[in-house]
Amino acid sequence: MASGLETFIANVKALPRTFRESAVRHGAPTSDRTRSQAVFGNLFLHIHATRTHPHSLKLTSTWALGVSLVSQYAILLATGVLLMVYYKPSIETAYDSIKDLHYVVPTGRYIRNIHRWAAHMMVATCILHMARVFYTASYKPPREFNWVMGMFLFVMTLLFSFTGYLLPWDQLAYWAITIGANIAASPNELAEALGLPKAFYLGDLIKEVLLGGSTVGQEALIRFYVLHIAVLPLVFTAGLGVHMWRIRKDGGIARPDGNPTAASKGVGSMAPQKATTSSELTKTYGLMAVVPDKSAHTGQHTDETVPTWPYLFRAELLVFMVTLVICVMLGLLFDAPLTELANPNVPENPAKAPWYFLGLQELVSYSAFVGGVVIPTIVILGLALIPYLDREPDPPGKWFGWAHEKYVGRASLVYGAVAAILSVAIPVRFGWLRNWFPEIPQIAIILINPGSLLTIAYALWSLFILKRTGSTRLGAVALFTCFLVGFVILTYVGTYLRGPNWDFYWSRSQWPTH
Amino acid sequence: MPGRLEPESVPRRDFLGLAGLWSAGLAILGSIAGMARLPKPRVLPETSSQFRIGRATDFAPGTVRVIGEQNVRVIGTNEGVAAMSLVCTHLGCIVSEEGGGFGCPCHGSKFDVAGNVVGGPAPAPLKWLDVSASADGSLVVDKGRSVAPGTYFKLA
Ligand code: HEM
Ligand code: FES
Repeated sequence: MASGLETFIANVKALPRTFRESAVRHGAPTSDRTRSQAVFGNLFLHIHATRTHPHSLKLTSTWALGVSLVSQYAILLATGVLLMVYYKPSIETAYDSIKDLHYVVPTGRYIRNIHRWAAHMMVATCILHMARVFYTASYKPPREFNWVMGMFLFVMTLLFSFTGYLLPWDQLAYWAITIGANIAASPNELAEALGLPKAFYLGDLIKEVLLGGSTVGQEALIRFYVLHIAVLPLVFTAGLGVHMWRIRKDGGIARPDGNPTAASKGVGSMAPQKATTSSELTKTYGLMAVVPDKSAHTGQHTDETVPTWPYLFRAELLVFMVTLVICVMLGLLFDAPLTELANPNVPENPAKAPWYFLGLQELVSYSAFVGGVVIPTIVILGLALIPYLDREPDPPGKWFGWAHEKYVGRASLVYGAVAAILSVAIPVRFGWLRNWFPEIPQIAIILINPGSLLTIAYALWSLFILKRTGSTRLGAVALFTCFLVGFVILTYVGTYLRGPNWDFYWSRSQWPTH
Repeated sequence: MPGRLEPESVPRRDFLGLAGLWSAGLAILGSIAGMARLPKPRVLPETSSQFRIGRATDFAPGTVRVIGEQNVRVIGTNEGVAAMSLVCTHLGCIVSEEGGGFGCPCHGSKFDVAGNVVGGPAPAPLKWLDVSASADGSLVVDKGRSVAPGTYFKLA
């Protein structure tokens, strides 16, 4: 008996050690070898390879945008769960619960502010990240699919914002979502203009499913809530997992010379990246076995990689900390807005969506269907297909690596800006079709408007560059650059130059006072 | 088997395996279709689209009344009583009176006094709504039923 008791006591004493050993399947991460094992053997860490190329660690390769997106998402999840503790998704209580969060709940105001700012940052960072991937040509094979996954995450990010925007149930929320839902229903506009029978009013169906009614009310609020806190987080998290996994499986962050030799060390080599990833894949596994022999003492493998732990983890932690600091600072300094309680009888004037939708709102102010449905669909599809339509062996991972890319980029910047400004200035100065031909049929208003003409102008420019230079990459550069400047300019106009009745004003101080 | 006349029969195992796979696939598709049906409501949760606006005698020719909480404007004329929706046909904001017609605050659509589009992105005129008399003689507007512009409810 005594020996049984002794064993028991010995087991209790050993508990911290035995528990740790059972949880971590290898020794303490003190050597390169055990750290590699930790990365390799841990469900969460093995989304990274065990070794990382120094090119991936350079700030200028990625500007850390992807990792800060992941950080922002993590911050949104944490603050979002906290907000859910008090938020009540009913039209009687939603507004008051946000007010409580703001004025009564300890730290509630800051948690809400941080959630709001992180959401804004995520949309902005997403666009910057997309631009960095584009201008470093990092979507080239084998990374085409990950570009598509990225577009998917971008659309999900916008849906997150759209659904979250309704939840405070204030005037801003109510009217932005009323407009948004009617945009979704705008295929009706076409059906009506063509005189189709009621059965073709697809918009009614979309609206009913989205809102659970024909106007924004309790049903809509609960639907948006479910999307925002359950459906989208699940879908987004899964999509993010795939995005991260593919980075690893595609051989890490794109770099100019897939596997540099000592001779071609560093960036700048024009040699195309190794054709497939299969060699990279076997390499990862091979590494596990060879780490202790070849690199434990130098930290340098024959292919110049460094251990992921600590180098990459340290960099990621730093990016996370910086992102967190920015979010907290913004949260402490600036309050998230909350206007009056939603009132279905009096719209906000002007009723503005969040900034990243204001470019869209510009287009919608010409035609709901073309500006709100057709053009965005074309843009999203066009962007998503870029890697399949441009397969030239650009050195991936190198900024502006293709011959004449900078030149074409600059020319497109000017062209895209002039076209976008004209598309706003002409209707503001001279009016549009309905002012010139009052009897014009509706279908002409729908199809021929400044937004659709701008889209066509961009497409033609891209085709012109394609033809002129004979390079699909330069055609893509022209298109993407036009899209970026168009987005920025229309967003600027929608944000700063539009006042009551969506009229044009040079500054807010000129808005009429009621 | 080469040389045999009958077509080669699917081995029983493969058949069972395929049948199993197909039925699993169909079951999953069926479940998804069933689940997709749920979010489309059978009845819309709205309050009744009809509401009373008072007696016919309240709408002598020349009367104009805006019923704010319903976003409807009712007028009395020599031809009878008519109701017009104030919900902008562009994207659903509420128009307000402006320079002898109506203007929308959201994207600047302009309508004349009869609801016809005179400017901006609105694709259709403001809706004229059905007006009728109920059994007790008071007038009822039905927001769910639009009528051709220029339709008046004749007072007896
Ligand atoms: C919305 C959330 C997104 C998150 C959280 C995310 C995250 C990341 C991360 C962490 C990386 C590693 C490299 C880096 O830091 O730049 C990455 C790479 C990549 N991302 Fe994203 N991303 C998102 C959206 C997008 C979008 C909108 C696109 C483009 C349409 C995109 C396309 C790519 C591609 C192609 C790579 C591989 C680039 C390379 O190998 O150099 N991602 N992403
Ligand atoms: S909702 Fe009236 S103009 Fe857009």
